[in-house]
Amino acid sequence: MAKPIMAQRSFVQRAAEPKKVESVLDLVGDTPLVEIRKLTRGLPSGVRIFAKLEGCNPGGSVKDRPALKMIRDGIQSGKLSPGKTIIDSTSGNTGIALALIGRILGYPVELVIPSNVSTERKRIITAFGARIIYSDPLEGSDGAIRHCWKILEEEPEKYFKPDQYFNPMNVQAHYETTGPEVYRQTQGEVTHFVAGIGTGGTIMGTGRYLKEKNPKIRIIAVEPDDALHGLEGLKHMASSIVPGIYHEEELDQKINVSTEAAYAMVYRLSQEEGLLVGQSSGAAMHAALGIAKQLQWGTIVTVFPDFGDKYLSTNLWIGWREKMSIGDLQFSI
Amino acid sequence: MVRVRVPTPLRKFTQGADEVSAQGNTVRALMEDLERQFPGMKERICDETGKVRRFVNVYVNGDDIRFLQNLETSIGEGDNISIVPAIAGGL
Repeated sequence: MAKPIMAQRSFVQRAAEPKKVESVLDLVGDTPLVEIRKLTRGLPSGVRIFAKLEGCNPGGSVKDRPALKMIRDGIQSGKLSPGKTIIDSTSGNTGIALALIGRILGYPVELVIPSNVSTERKRIITAFGARIIYSDPLEGSDGAIRHCWKILEEEPEKYFKPDQYFNPMNVQAHYETTGPEVYRQTQGEVTHFVAGIGTGGTIMGTGRYLKEKNPKIRIIAVEPDDALHGLEGLKHMASSIVPGIYHEEELDQKINVSTEAAYAMVYRLSQEEGLLVGQSSGAAMHAALGIAKQLQWGTIVTVFPDFGDKYLSTNLWIGWREKMSIGDLQFSI
Repeated sequence: MVRVRVPTPLRKFTQGADEVSAQGNTVRALMEDLERQFPGMKERICDETGKVRRFVNVYVNGDDIRFLQNLETSIGEGDNISIVPAIAGGL
């Protein structure tokens, strides 16, 4: 393993000036890496945690990466051609990404979404002009998957389905972009990569790239601790349709996080780090901190899949001030 | 008796049934009856203080009990109860 960096406080060099691009699609990826400095108080000085702020993508989430890759691959392979409609099942962020990309490239987009996804997500998708088909909230994301297949079977010629759960381009997007970015931004010092499992694309693709660069880098996945959970975007694998792109044998470790612990971390991130993120970021941070506490030195990189503005109307923020005094958590307000 | 719609993650307690019958004059009593019939179910819905967990919504005839009388919300014969995860898990 590489030696710990003690004196150097930041790997991240601020860009001289923002990028000038031809299309909003050119802004996908190259997201900033921010060091988590306050939540890590008390850890050995050689242990550092960095978070990749995927909310900085133009569609507001990590899902811009696989969505763009899958759409471009569809066009290149001829599976997506003018006149076709893009369809997929999603609980939101992929839907936003597809809606945005479809609008720019001129393809209509239809999305099958459980009706209990956050209001903000539905509104953003609608604002991009995509059509939403609601599935039964009691059936969750697996119900949306099944509903989408049913629609596709009825009119297979009409649609192109990126199929994020089974499309290897989902993994490839992270192998080609997220992985190299993490390695470059930490100057190869990364020792642990921690990310939540939704489709498995982020952890699989980034993990493969990092393992190729340095097999000692540990790849750690985060998932909800129970089938009934409140971590929008994450999947409890044991009780779900397992995505075809997900290969658990490639992981070094899997950490289960409770909804309560993830929510508490969302509050701490907003109060102590000035980072208002979604609940899946809270889960990732909780897991990263748990790993950090076991180390004497190491550079942990985690992924914050999106910002928190899409969840302000959700139950996440019900009674959050009461929750802040629970347990041994210390808050700065 | 009322009908209770059960979300996928809780069907392991109901042997896969997506709808069950239960009784009680309030949502609280209903939860106790569900626990009696399907041990382990209540603690998934309610936290250690007995409150409905924040990531679970309970609806009585389509209305969220948080906007009614919470666990003290009255229920009667023929009412439809739904237990719905507040968010859609899986991306």
